[in-house]
Amino acid sequence: MLAYIIRRTLYAIPILIGVNLLTFVLFFVVNTPDDVARMHLGAKRVTPEAIEQWKQEHGYDQPLLYNRKASGVAKVTDTIFYNKSMRLFAFDFGSSDAGRDIGEDISQRMWPSLAIALPTLLIGLLVNISFSMLLAFFRGTYLDLSGVMLAVVLMSVSSLFYIIGGQYLFSKLLHLVPVSGYESGMQAWRFVLLPVAIGVFSGIGAGSRWYRTFFLEEVNRDYVRTARAKGLPEARLLFRHVLRNAMVPILTGIVVILPTLFMGSLIMESFFGIPGLGSYTIEAIQTQDFAIVRAMVFLGSVLYILGLLLTDISYTLVDPRIRLS
Amino acid sequence: MIQHVFLWTDTLIFILLVAVLGFAWFARNKEHLRAPWREVVRSRMAVASLVVLSIYTITGLLDSVHFRKALPTQEGQQEVQYSGDVLSVLDTLLGPMRTQDEKTYSAPFAAYLYARETVTGADGEKLRIFPRLEYGGAGLTDPATQKGADIARRTVTALAEAVAVLLLLYGMLGLRLASKWRQSWMSALGAIAKGTSDVPWRTALLTLGVFVLLIALVVNLSGAYHLLGTDKVGQDVLYQTIKSIRTGLVIGTLTTLVMLPFAVFLGMMAGYFRGWVDDVIQYIYTTLNSIPGVLLIAAAVMMMQVYVANHPELFETMAERADIRLLFLVLILGITSWTGLCRLLRGETLKLRELDYVQAADAFGVAKSSILVRHLLPNLMHLVMIAVVLDFSGLVLAEAVLSYVGVGVDPTTQSWGNMINRARLEMAREPMVWWSLLASFSFMFTLVLAANLFSDVVRDAFDPRLRAQR
Repeated sequence: MLAYIIRRTLYAIPILIGVNLLTFVLFFVVNTPDDVARMHLGAKRVTPEAIEQWKQEHGYDQPLLYNRKASGVAKVTDTIFYNKSMRLFAFDFGSSDAGRDIGEDISQRMWPSLAIALPTLLIGLLVNISFSMLLAFFRGTYLDLSGVMLAVVLMSVSSLFYIIGGQYLFSKLLHLVPVSGYESGMQAWRFVLLPVAIGVFSGIGAGSRWYRTFFLEEVNRDYVRTARAKGLPEARLLFRHVLRNAMVPILTGIVVILPTLFMGSLIMESFFGIPGLGSYTIEAIQTQDFAIVRAMVFLGSVLYILGLLLTDISYTLVDPRIRLS
Repeated sequence: MIQHVFLWTDTLIFILLVAVLGFAWFARNKEHLRAPWREVVRSRMAVASLVVLSIYTITGLLDSVHFRKALPTQEGQQEVQYSGDVLSVLDTLLGPMRTQDEKTYSAPFAAYLYARETVTGADGEKLRIFPRLEYGGAGLTDPATQKGADIARRTVTALAEAVAVLLLLYGMLGLRLASKWRQSWMSALGAIAKGTSDVPWRTALLTLGVFVLLIALVVNLSGAYHLLGTDKVGQDVLYQTIKSIRTGLVIGTLTTLVMLPFAVFLGMMAGYFRGWVDDVIQYIYTTLNSIPGVLLIAAAVMMMQVYVANHPELFETMAERADIRLLFLVLILGITSWTGLCRLLRGETLKLRELDYVQAADAFGVAKSSILVRHLLPNLMHLVMIAVVLDFSGLVLAEAVLSYVGVGVDPTTQSWGNMINRARLEMAREPMVWWSLLASFSFMFTLVLAANLFSDVVRDAFDPRLRAQR
């Protein structure tokens, strides 16, 4: 097991290098730091001195890959690639273009993100499983048919509609919860309630339709038929046998997104003014802060790869037929 | 005098159109290709959604033929100058809707502006009133009493026109089917009305009827009123949502067109050749996949913005600049979304290459390229078809989110995402300006729902695994 984990972790390294190279090409080769500086300084006619100064302030005044002027190891280390891209491997995110420490920001802002994302995931899971089990129980009837139809309708609605509509209904008309904002500590629940509810609701359509296929697949298996032939009541069959086996694909499907929960949801956080990583990213995109976007791309890839690793491990844990190889 | 303008996305749209028509022509006599489609058009759900999708598509196509009008020539001027406004055929059809701009917000069917203005009265007294609109309800002398009657009169006209058009269509369809089935006209009409025909023509006609009615309403009412109100700068909201259709379709269809060659080629290569080819291709798509999609799109679009900002000389008109950004968004969405299909095709190819007929072809010495093209590709097409149809609705929805994040289409491009984004800021206004949101959400919902329903039927018809179960 341990050897497997180590080997899988080693596989992640070339992928991370690939991600890093890709972002490097995107951020520094397609457009040179000069272009970025000109963009930040705004006006069309910017003096070369101003550009130089901006580059110096933000640490972009080095060659991209190879520094001829330096000597020894510094030939490679005094470059943008080393300082801006390689350092990400050590989770040293440096400072943003606005001058703040990115690592510090991330460690502070991931908790509000988690406060939204984790309850959304758990409650959503519960709701989707219940709904899809209900449909599977009544499979082939009009209830099932209309349930599936409802799911298709729900998933055809833009997620932005759920957010805007939810905010309007619950915050503006009914005054049940604040429109947006966040508070740390126990008072946070008032601000978390609505985003979580909307997140769960907007996921019902796609989620329950997907889970329903898992249930139906299990329902048609031989062991279910045997159990039914032996006289097990349908409800008990569904809860004791089908649910357990259908949970395998559902749970292993969730593992891959577990680490990325820290990243938060972009639109949800920015609509509700939650100071998490999602809104952090959006702000960075809108203020064109390349350093933050670069850091978030890297962080997201690391977490995704971690998710893949956890998925593989969880498969072997829940299903003894799968051997590690 | 007009000058045709070929935007990049226009060209691609028409290439796609030609490809689809070409495929239809190619498949018309091939039973194995026609069979699943015949099954699709037998479903009432699919036919209704197909009608909706066709209407959206036609609107999008009309909006994809662009031109610039010539400016009136000055004295002593030799060359003809063209206006900087790039118009489309749809713009000409929508005529008054495009040009009749008000000052600012006005509610649907309103005759008065939505905001008070200070007006100096006849006796020099300052009054705060809701001024009359310049175009909305302009023909009325006293809107309070006349508006209801005027709208009712126009609605009745629209209704009559719609019924007439629908009856005409019904009759023509009856004639066509009568000659096909070798029956009398009356019995063909009866079969349609009773819904006993093989293809559910009644459903198709009724769906079409709803749209004919809507179009008739727009034709009769839009000259005199703003049916869905106006936005902050006074532009007609209905015009904006109709113009947004093209953007949604471009993103939904061209993205798949862009990614298909990559996904199919690489997926088949990886599955067929295995070994190091497989390793390299798997490495590429795992790497691309591990970058969160929105962030990759954001990063790429930001780079695009820098490039466009630094090279203003490359783009002659605003429309061309907005178009290049749309094209770029399509490309980058394609790059982020081909991995799923590629993995699917790789797995299927791995399975297929072990089958007897492929092994036999290999043993006979058939070239690898022709094994791939003639023996493997046709057996993968159902997966491709399903993926294309399934991706469409997701991409249309994604556009709205991306535009909200600020990495979607150009702010000057009409799109549902941009409309929602602008209208969102008016949420806090009392009373609320709701019509922009409602218009964009309902147009988007109709398209996505139709696409989702259609894709369900297509998947059922094309997936051999599902077909075997029945």
